[in-house]
Amino acid sequence: MSIRDTVAIVGAAESDVWESQGRSPIGLMAQAIKRALDDAGLRKDDVDGLFTASSYYHMPALNLSEYLKIFPRYVDSTTIGGCSFVSHIQHAAAAIQAGLCEVAVIAYGSTQRSDRGKLVSMAEWLPYEEPYGLQHPISSFGMIAHRHMAEYGTTSEQLAEIAVSARQWAMKNPKAPYPRPLTVEDVVSSRMVSSPLHKFDCCLVTDGGGAMVITSVDRAKDLNSKPIYVLGAGEAANHRNILGMDDLTTTEAVSSSQRAYAMAGVGPADFDTVHVYDAFTISALIQLEDLGFCKKGEGGSFVENGRIAPGGELPVNTNGGGLSYCHPGMLSMFLLLEAVAQLRDEAGERQIPDAQLSLVHGMGGALAGHATAVLSNRRG
Amino acid sequence: MAATKPIPTLRGEEKVYFEEAKNGRLVYQLCRDCAQRIFYPRTVCTNCMSENLEYVASAGKGTIYSFTTLHVPGHPEFADDVPYTVVLVDLEEGVRVLADLVDCDPDDVKVGMSVEVLFEAVTEDFTVPRFRPSAQ
Ligand SMILES: [Zn+2]
Repeated sequence: MSIRDTVAIVGAAESDVWESQGRSPIGLMAQAIKRALDDAGLRKDDVDGLFTASSYYHMPALNLSEYLKIFPRYVDSTTIGGCSFVSHIQHAAAAIQAGLCEVAVIAYGSTQRSDRGKLVSMAEWLPYEEPYGLQHPISSFGMIAHRHMAEYGTTSEQLAEIAVSARQWAMKNPKAPYPRPLTVEDVVSSRMVSSPLHKFDCCLVTDGGGAMVITSVDRAKDLNSKPIYVLGAGEAANHRNILGMDDLTTTEAVSSSQRAYAMAGVGPADFDTVHVYDAFTISALIQLEDLGFCKKGEGGSFVENGRIAPGGELPVNTNGGGLSYCHPGMLSMFLLLEAVAQLRDEAGERQIPDAQLSLVHGMGGALAGHATAVLSNRRG
Repeated sequence: MAATKPIPTLRGEEKVYFEEAKNGRLVYQLCRDCAQRIFYPRTVCTNCMSENLEYVASAGKGTIYSFTTLHVPGHPEFADDVPYTVVLVDLEEGVRVLADLVDCDPDDVKVGMSVEVLFEAVTEDFTVPRFRPSAQ
C-alpha cells in the first residue's frame, strides 16, 4: 500500500506577500485558504481535514478552527520546521486514503517582515548551546558551510552563484521585491553576518502565507481546477540542534528523497523543475547534492556558469526562491505553490515549457527535518 | 555595557553537566553496558538505551570540526563581543562539544585546529567550558 497517485492538489493560492497590510499571521492564513478554496471551486464547509504549522501559535490548528469556524474531523499540526507543509502533503494523503478525511486544507501565514525585531520565537534553546551567542539559524549554517569548504574546497564565490541565479529568476517574477540583478561580487562583498555567510547568502525576511486544498484523485475529477497529482513523498529526520548533527555535509535529504523517488518511480534526471529550500545559499547547495543532482562535494562547481539560472539545464526555484522572492520563515509552502504554478502552466514569463514533473524538497531547522514531494500534472 | 549573558534553565542531567563544569571538569557519559560514549548527557544510552551511564571527565583536548565567526551579535547580550567565534570540537575521547573560542584572532581559525578547554565563571553559580588554541 502506498499513497502514490491517490491524491491531488486541487486548490493553491498565496496570500498577499512581502508586507501584510495590517493582517495578522492567521489573517494571512485565512486569506490564502479562501483563495485556495475558490481556486478549487469548494467552500469552507467542504473542508474536513486541517493541516498547519506556525511559529506564532502554539496549537495552530485550533487557532485556525476557531478563526475560520472550520470544524475538521482530521487535525494535524506536525511541526518539523520550514518543511512542515511538504510533510503535511504526505500526511494528508494517508488520511484521505484511510477515509479519515476527504478535503484537506494545508495553510500557513507569517508577518515576519512587519514584526522585525519584535518576534518572540517559541523555539527552545539547548542548554549546551545557549551560553555561547549563536544566532539561529545562520550560525548553524555558517558552521555547515565552513565544513563543506574544508572537506570539498567549496568557495564563497560558488555559494554566491546560487544567490545570483535566484535573483535572475526573481526578475521574471512580477511579485518579487528587487528588480535589479545581483552579481557574485555583490554577494561576497556584502556584510559578513556569521562566517562564511554574507548578508546576500541569506534569504529575505518577508510576510506571506499560502494554502493548498488536497483531495482524492476521484473527487478531483468533479472539480474545475487542473489537478496536480502527488506521485511520491518521503520524510526523514536525524537531529534538532547543530550539536546533534553528526555529519554537517550529508543530510537525511538523501533518505527522504530516495523514499519519494522510489514511490514515484522516478529519479533526479526526470524533473522539469526543482524547488529546494534556499534559506541560505549553502542549504540549497547541500540539498542539490543530497537529492542526487550531483555527487557529494561537487555542488560548488555544479551551480557555476548559470546551470540553475534561467536558461540553464536545471531550473531551480523559478520564482526567485527564499533568497530573492519570499521567505516568511517557513518556506516550503512557497516551494510547493511555485511547483503547482509551473505544472499548471501558470508561471508567466518564468514558465518552463511543458513542465510535467516537479520535485519539491524542504528542510526544517538547520538541515534537520526533511520532506520531499514528487508532483505531476499527469497521473502516475 | 551589554546586558547579562544568557543563563540556561537547567533540568536533570543538564544540572550535572554544568555542576561538573563549575568544578573544572568537562564531562561526557560512558555506557557501562555497551561502552558507547555520549555527548551531551542523556538519561538513556543513545545506542542500547541502558540507563547504566557514568560521567567521565574529558582531558579537554580536541580539534575544530567546524566554526563560525559572528560579526553581528546573536543576541544583544553579545554586542560588545563581536567578532566572536563559536566552534564544534571533536574531543580526543570521541565526542563532539560546542563552545566559543577565545585567545584566537578570527582570521586564524581553521577546521582541524588543535584546541584545549578552559573554564570561565559567567556568574558565581554558572560556569561554561570554552576553548583556546592548544599550548604547544
Ligand atoms: Zn549503551
